[in-house]
Amino acid sequence: MADMSQGRSNVPHGGSQAAANRTISGSKGLELAEPLIFEMGEAGRCGVDFADAKVSNDRLNGMRRKAAVGLPGLSEPQVVRHYTRLSQKNFGIDSGFYPLGSCTMKHNPRINERVARMKGLGDLHPLQPTSTAQGALELIDTLATWIKTLCNMPAVAMSPAAGAHGELCGIMSIKAALEARGEAATRTRFLVPESAHGTNPATAAACGFTVDSIPATERGRVDIAAFKAKLGPDVAGIMLTNPNTCGLFENDIIDIAAAIHEAGGYFYCDGANFNAIVGRVRPGDLGVDCMHLNLHKTFSTPHGGGGPGAGPVVLSAALAPFAPVPYVIHDADGFEMVEHKADSDAQPFGRLKGFHGQMGVFIRALAFMLSHGAEGLLQASTDAVLNANYLRAKLQDVMSVSFDGMCMHEVLFDDRFLKDTGVTTLDFAKAMIDEGFHPMTMYFPLVVHGALLMEPTESESKDTLDLFIKTLRGLTARAKAGEAQSFKDAPVLTPRRRLDETAAARKPVLRWTPEA
Amino acid sequence: MTVKYTKDHEWISVNGDIATVGITDYALHQLGDLVFVEVPEAGRTVSQGDETAVVESVKAASEVYTPVSGEVTEGNSGIADDPATVSGDPKGKGWFFKIKFSDSSEFDGLMNDAEYKAYVASLD
Repeated sequence: MADMSQGRSNVPHGGSQAAANRTISGSKGLELAEPLIFEMGEAGRCGVDFADAKVSNDRLNGMRRKAAVGLPGLSEPQVVRHYTRLSQKNFGIDSGFYPLGSCTMKHNPRINERVARMKGLGDLHPLQPTSTAQGALELIDTLATWIKTLCNMPAVAMSPAAGAHGELCGIMSIKAALEARGEAATRTRFLVPESAHGTNPATAAACGFTVDSIPATERGRVDIAAFKAKLGPDVAGIMLTNPNTCGLFENDIIDIAAAIHEAGGYFYCDGANFNAIVGRVRPGDLGVDCMHLNLHKTFSTPHGGGGPGAGPVVLSAALAPFAPVPYVIHDADGFEMVEHKADSDAQPFGRLKGFHGQMGVFIRALAFMLSHGAEGLLQASTDAVLNANYLRAKLQDVMSVSFDGMCMHEVLFDDRFLKDTGVTTLDFAKAMIDEGFHPMTMYFPLVVHGALLMEPTESESKDTLDLFIKTLRGLTARAKAGEAQSFKDAPVLTPRRRLDETAAARKPVLRWTPEA
Repeated sequence: MTVKYTKDHEWISVNGDIATVGITDYALHQLGDLVFVEVPEAGRTVSQGDETAVVESVKAASEVYTPVSGEVTEGNSGIADDPATVSGDPKGKGWFFKIKFSDSSEFDGLMNDAEYKAYVASLD
């Protein structure tokens, strides 16, 4: 069982249905079984005719390799097919519905790609003289203006590379502001609601602050009385996501901002869920001091699988002087990039990233904004909220919604509806894969038991949502009818069956080794 | 048989000079569905507060600290094979390890049933 040793069993795990699906080749229809490239072909086979190398005097001082290199021996069509098949096994927003909560997996319009590939943008080099890249600098400046306008904030730091990087930028700005006030040594505590993204407390801790957790009310919002009771002269600020990770708008946000300012702290808003409020709510009007925007989520650039993303951070007047370099300025002579602290009129806390930010993401995000216009962006965020509420309304009688009332762009269920069925949230998610849907976010946020967090975004049609609803209602009925085993066996229609995720994390096999 | 509790939500039950250790309902509820458990080998010597077992759930990974010092006499291989056993019966079949304890005075600092209940109530 060589396959088993690599943790990639292709052997159906018993069951009559699995036996019926078994084929001689291991492939199912045109979905082909795919080994690793090292397991294919034959050592020594070569797709190219090389002339024999004439090695006379190598310069390796006897260090020349003696053992075989161990490259797979394949022809060109074998290699092409291998990687094509692997690419076909990927599931992304281009292949189907991907309702991953708090991740905003929306459609990436192709016009974004077309613009990003235009010669003048696609062939830019970050080291070319700024006089030859005026259009690129103008693009960054225009995007910054859109962002500042949507947020009603006076400044934006464009260089952070993703959401958590943006958090780091925001908290370092706050730290710099506290240092300028001479209070960095005394204001050491950050307040973070218990439903926060894990990166919030991690960022505060990484910047040297202690983290104090704020409890939630039964309505899933910040307990404002508990929050106010925690304020004091040692509080540096609050990190709050709005809408929060339960998909709920924090109604008390203006009071929260006023209270934190009165206590001498700053208000960091996590903008991961900005897709719910674009064009409708401006963070600057709420009293936010800094907030990152995930351009790759809200403004539709391909993400997942490690990026790239972009996490510009909008800053209030109080924090704007501390924004990191580099940033774009312009005057009558054109655009210029301020690269060094010494060249700045303000007090930048430093530099967060090489070069000038994620240019490819900037281009796509601006293309999205310009192709939608202000009204289109408002329509998109409105539709995103409508779609989430459509799921909530059509599923709430069979699944358990965690908090009553309207939600924002994502809807949170917990596992009460699976009580006594023997089916867990994880099993339910695996069964969704067989139905052709990417599972929602599971077991997050931590404030409810067995969370199922769904974010349909504005991209999905009513047809898709109706099929999804019909599927989840059917799965729920199956779970309640005592068919737990079919959930435990899921997925059965995938190239691989249920993977041992814990073993994969605990004892990862990171390197292929040939069979002895 | 006396049962005592720690602030880290372990329970320990004494029978002669052998004590059995597990995690409480409260700990289990906080963790959610368990996916992985690692128990110590027999013969390992541990001191009070040492990380002695590992538990991982769908939402968090955590350590189980031994409430008393001594020598592990047995780890529960049943829960390592099937972590769900703990969820079904944390105080029975879901025990983690047995330990031959060396200092009975270490029990003095632990909580009794009523004290632990009050402690848990203070956390919510």
